[in-house]
Amino acid sequence: MILVPMFLIFLYSIIVPNNSGQLAFNFTLDNYREVFTPIFLNTLRSSFVIALFATVLCLVIGYPVAWIISQFPPAKQSMLLLMFIMPMWINMLLRTYAWINILSRNGVLNTILVFFNIAPLDLMYTNFAVILGMVYNFLPFMILPIYTAIIKVDKSLIDAAHDLGAGSRQVFTRVVLPLTLPGVITGVIMVFLPAVSTFVIPQLLGGGQYMMIGNLIERQFLLTGNWHMGSAISMILMLFIFLSIWLMKKFDSGGNSGGALPW
Amino acid sequence: MCLVFLGTEKISGFHSVSYTIGNIKGGSNMKKEPLIQIQNLTKEFDGDIVLKGIDLTIHQNEFVTLLGPSGCGKTTLLRIIGGFDAPTSGQVEFNGKDLISIPSYHREINTVFQKYALFPHLNVFDNIAFGLRMKKTPEQEVAEKVNKMLKMVKLSDYAKRSIDSLSGGQQQRIAIARALVNQPKVLLLDEPLGALDLKLRQEMQYELKEIQRELGITFIFVTHDQEEALTMSDTIVVLNDGLIQQIGTPVDTYNEPRNRFVANFIGESNIIQGKMLKDRRVEFENHIFDCVDRGFDKDENVEIVIRPEDLKIVTKEAGAFTGIVDTVIFKGVHYEIIVMVEDREYVIHSTESVEVGAEIGMIVAPSDIHVMEIGV
Repeated sequence: MILVPMFLIFLYSIIVPNNSGQLAFNFTLDNYREVFTPIFLNTLRSSFVIALFATVLCLVIGYPVAWIISQFPPAKQSMLLLMFIMPMWINMLLRTYAWINILSRNGVLNTILVFFNIAPLDLMYTNFAVILGMVYNFLPFMILPIYTAIIKVDKSLIDAAHDLGAGSRQVFTRVVLPLTLPGVITGVIMVFLPAVSTFVIPQLLGGGQYMMIGNLIERQFLLTGNWHMGSAISMILMLFIFLSIWLMKKFDSGGNSGGALPW
Repeated sequence: MCLVFLGTEKISGFHSVSYTIGNIKGGSNMKKEPLIQIQNLTKEFDGDIVLKGIDLTIHQNEFVTLLGPSGCGKTTLLRIIGGFDAPTSGQVEFNGKDLISIPSYHREINTVFQKYALFPHLNVFDNIAFGLRMKKTPEQEVAEKVNKMLKMVKLSDYAKRSIDSLSGGQQQRIAIARALVNQPKVLLLDEPLGALDLKLRQEMQYELKEIQRELGITFIFVTHDQEEALTMSDTIVVLNDGLIQQIGTPVDTYNEPRNRFVANFIGESNIIQGKMLKDRRVEFENHIFDCVDRGFDKDENVEIVIRPEDLKIVTKEAGAFTGIVDTVIFKGVHYEIIVMVEDREYVIHSTESVEVGAEIGMIVAPSDIHVMEIGV
């Protein structure tokens, strides 16, 4: 059941309909060949850059947040976590629309700025808006695995590091960070994957330009009706994602933080 | 002073020469320099008072055991010395200087943790090297010292192994090596042998004692196992309910328990109600016994401790008091015989069996009668 849609996409990507009828399909690699146009490559690059940016921001915000949550007494921890998870119970589309309300020319933010006699900002339809939307939507996916990794770190290991002469910073860099790295990697993957392939956020906050690969695929399927081309782009995107995860696994070569990755 | 016993059975062979009640300190420890001085130390966790005023002096090169049931505050006391918890009130001095204001990472004290707390992301070598590297020791010196430690704990071939691949006993040795490589003045050990099986535990007891003697550092050892305490310590500090019950050598603590708690916690005891008639004369079971205790009020009500191995079975006529044999259980080295005197139960350890239901006499030597104040 999981593999059937994947197989169909793969099938679509390697065939073209012939001119006479829909039933006879010819095998071809033309779909792939046509994908590699400058516009596609630019979109692919900007997708990765924007998704990477959003992922790094999520990490920079998410790790300290997860750490702070883990320092509270257990009863308060679940309440704080709930605060971060609760927005996820509302449909992502609605949450993103809410950001339009905040960021738009006559939105909440600009109203406040004008009230203080500051010139209104054009925030909508910028990379900034897209990244903000991504960070907002995907931050919980970063916080949760890191939080889980942090609370699993045995407190006596921190005592032991202090005992052996490590100050607070060394305890973090030498003990806590290496031990929570699997959580960080899981978080990075869980944020990067939806960020690189999303089309809703760039559509709504980025003004629906061809700025991210997700939009490109969406257009092929819904506007142009070229399912074969869309499938080919999807396959290539999958390959790139696969490659980036594999690279990350190489980077985490210690081998002692295994279990974060599905293979 | 260092006494190593094989088990409680052998201890009955020793007889205390000290006649004082609540013997504080004995043997060669008297000559040693005080290293850690604890004064009126208290600790409160969320309104729960764990330590209720501890006064304790620990000397250089002393093997001190903090002994008590779980929840008695022994681990808390150790954690305060180690710098992982701050006391609510009171003073701790180290070499005459205040210790509490010094963070744990600047103390000349290292700890062997209860579950070893080895770093799972580092191999054996890097675990032991951790402390040296924190002090920015040159790598060549690190390698030298770590290898020396590995040799000492007999794990030289395991330097590159991961922590997970080691057995409990091996992890234990690595934890000890990781602490000792920093050449601390004091080594704290928090129930380090608790997770090992009996055989290994006994082996490690001897090894630890040997290491302590060789390196000449102060060991503060926390345990709830009285046999472990008797085997390894120079000084035993018995704790209960946040208070020190008794401080003494293993022999004194065993032979002259200061109160009912110590008598029950260390070894098996018969505790009998009695009356101190005058110095060296005590009455219980309607019989007047000679004893070695003095300093009580005339006719003061007291409790008397007699160890099971110190009660001797004789004929009905020869006994100071008599009873009926209730049960006889074979325990290997000895028989455990339970004798009823009216409704009071006496436990006797004897190498000879007696018949159940027989009426027997019992005698006890003056030096084996230990008189305690009531309610100390």
